[in-house]
Amino acid sequence: MALTGLAGRVFVPGDAAAVSVGADEVAAAFEAAGAQVVRNGSRGMLWLEPLVEVETDAGRVGFANAEPDDATTIVTGSRDGTTSLLDQRGCIGVVDEHPWLTKQQRVSFARVGIVDPASVADYEAHGGWAGLRRALTMTPADVVQEVTDSGLRGRGGAGFPAGIKWKTVLGAESDLKFVACNFDEGDSGTFADRMVVEGDPFTLIEGMTIAAHAVGASEGYVYVRSEYPHAVAALRRAVDAAYTHGYLGRDILGSGLDFDLHVRVGAGAYICGEESSMLESLEGRRGEVRAKPPIPALKGLWGRPTAVNNVLTLCAVPMILADGGQAYAALGTGRSRGTQVFQLAGNVKQGGIVELPFGVSLRELVGEYGGGTLSGRPVRAAQVGGPLGAYVPATGFDVPMDYEALAESGAMLGHGGIVVFDETVDMAKMARFAMEFCSIESCGKCTPCRVGSTRGVETIDRIIAGQNVQLNLVLLDDLCETMTKGSLCAMGGLTPMPVQSAIKHFPEDFQQREAALT
Amino acid sequence: MTTVPTTDRVALVRAIATQHLAERGPLMPVLHEVMEELGHIAREDVEAIAHVLNLSVAEVHGVVSFYADFRADPPPAHTVALCRGEACQSVGAEALYADTHGRAADLGAPGDRVEVAEVFCLGNCALGPSGTVDGRLHGRLSRERLDALTEGWR
Ligand SMILES: Cc1cc2nc3c(=O)[nH]c(=O)nc-3n(C[C@H](O)[C@H](O)[C@H](O)COP(=O)(O)O)c2cc1C
Ligand code: SF4
Ligand code: FES
Repeated sequence: MALTGLAGRVFVPGDAAAVSVGADEVAAAFEAAGAQVVRNGSRGMLWLEPLVEVETDAGRVGFANAEPDDATTIVTGSRDGTTSLLDQRGCIGVVDEHPWLTKQQRVSFARVGIVDPASVADYEAHGGWAGLRRALTMTPADVVQEVTDSGLRGRGGAGFPAGIKWKTVLGAESDLKFVACNFDEGDSGTFADRMVVEGDPFTLIEGMTIAAHAVGASEGYVYVRSEYPHAVAALRRAVDAAYTHGYLGRDILGSGLDFDLHVRVGAGAYICGEESSMLESLEGRRGEVRAKPPIPALKGLWGRPTAVNNVLTLCAVPMILADGGQAYAALGTGRSRGTQVFQLAGNVKQGGIVELPFGVSLRELVGEYGGGTLSGRPVRAAQVGGPLGAYVPATGFDVPMDYEALAESGAMLGHGGIVVFDETVDMAKMARFAMEFCSIESCGKCTPCRVGSTRGVETIDRIIAGQNVQLNLVLLDDLCETMTKGSLCAMGGLTPMPVQSAIKHFPEDFQQREAALT
Repeated sequence: MTTVPTTDRVALVRAIATQHLAERGPLMPVLHEVMEELGHIAREDVEAIAHVLNLSVAEVHGVVSFYADFRADPPPAHTVALCRGEACQSVGAEALYADTHGRAADLGAPGDRVEVAEVFCLGNCALGPSGTVDGRLHGRLSRERLDALTEGWR
């Protein structure tokens, strides 16, 4: 392909990950070189960031790991027709044809990296608002039914069917109801919520507005963690634009629906991702977990019925309403319907967003998409599903990634994060960290979690020091059982999962301490 | 930032709290705004906020102390926050944190306090080790990168 000439705009991601490796400086350089720059989201091929895209008559051509110095050559050179874009440093060809993307099935991430996240018109041009328009012609009960038919399950970790939750809220009698979006995304190894909001914020707004119509809510809150300032800014800008264009506020699109959306920011507490703790925080209190029942669907924010959903759950809704629940249910396997947004992180060569129907194996994700480790050493383990998720040994990577298959193998999908470790990882240290993290982030309400995690750290310290290893392993096992059974929420209840999976699959990292010392 | 006289300070805090009175659950937004405007939430701020929002001092204090973001003491001259999440650990974050923490004093100018804090995940887990330098996010951090990023402080 002989491709010359800059046909239009230049895209430089404004996504936080791209910015963390210099995208702002690159964008400034392109602007200085006279280009019309759009700050898009990231395509999710994070190892290529900053990935600059230049609009040409053949499509958007990408330049990986761009630097400010590249701007002048690309802009002036191609404008003069003196250089072929394809010969430029870092050129990866037409981005839409990149095999890493063409093999995926992007539903929730369909627009991320492609659209201008600041533009309502661009959103509409790429299929936005079609789900809301259709939903507003339907009764709330029919919208709930459509979501139920789609098989959509909560993406925040617990995998609870969204339609059933919404039905409970719809059926609850109250003159005031809420929709609350859980955008706390505290799990290490996860960033999909952040990327979808930074790259395509109107999808979340549309999903929440549909949810409001479905359950009869008039107010919505998005609880964003404070570690995500870029996302807060992108979302606030989009909310303002949605109000201006009549997609939020009074009588939305002339349907009679009133819905106000507020963006609230957390303050550095992992536990505020647990839904009842998040509600406490939204109400202005310490983020302490509430005892259940009552469930938030009946008594949530300020004691009113509240639909609490994760960002990705809500972002799947516009497509479900636009194309029908059956179209979504046609993807996936067993009781895991639709697509899952996997996040490849840690010691991985090609980290980023892989959206595929449920059922793909961990081996394919880590090996083929991830391309192995960043260090080039053999993969030893992956932690799946965040800090409360299990460590899976490389020998167990054939497990299909769906809720049931993972549960059966003693792991969990959580929010879809996959953290890769190479052979240098010390699994006893990772087990210790799981306990340490729990002791730091525990809300303190119940003893098994608050005290147990501290005891856990001490016990693992003794194991690492080679003291009475066998005895301390038994003690640790008892402690894990107490935490699993006696904790009020999954913070204390699931911390044993990384600990016990590490011991089970990597006993040598715990046992050899003794051998080394005696 | 921290040189605002007490009376002005209380007036400012009261004004911030008053602005949020009409919102549901105004406390967190108020605390964030005080942090942003004044750098920390002092004892007298807590009293002023409690008074305006009609909450007990103990309640406001309890919230301030629960969240890692809210600080009761004046902030340092500069802050480096390094991620200790698992994904960043898999690419060497623990050693980087220990090293940076150990030489915090050398990162700033003489007399300037530099804080090296730990955070757990910044959502940049494919480009670790991640961290923020005076609030700006950076990926693929190393000792050398941190030296370059903090050069202007010395
Ligand atoms: C310790 C802990 C942390 C959690 N963190 C999050 C989080 O960051 N984001 C999230 O959406 N759900 C999180 N959850 C799950 C929520 O409690 C809840 O299940 C979810 O928000 C419901 O939405 P969904 O049904 O759409 O998944 C967490 C749960 C626990 C126990
Ligand atoms: S398990 Fe831990 S985080 Fe959950 S309620 Fe108990 S103390 Fe709080
Ligand atoms: S674990 Fe460090 S940024 Fe997520």
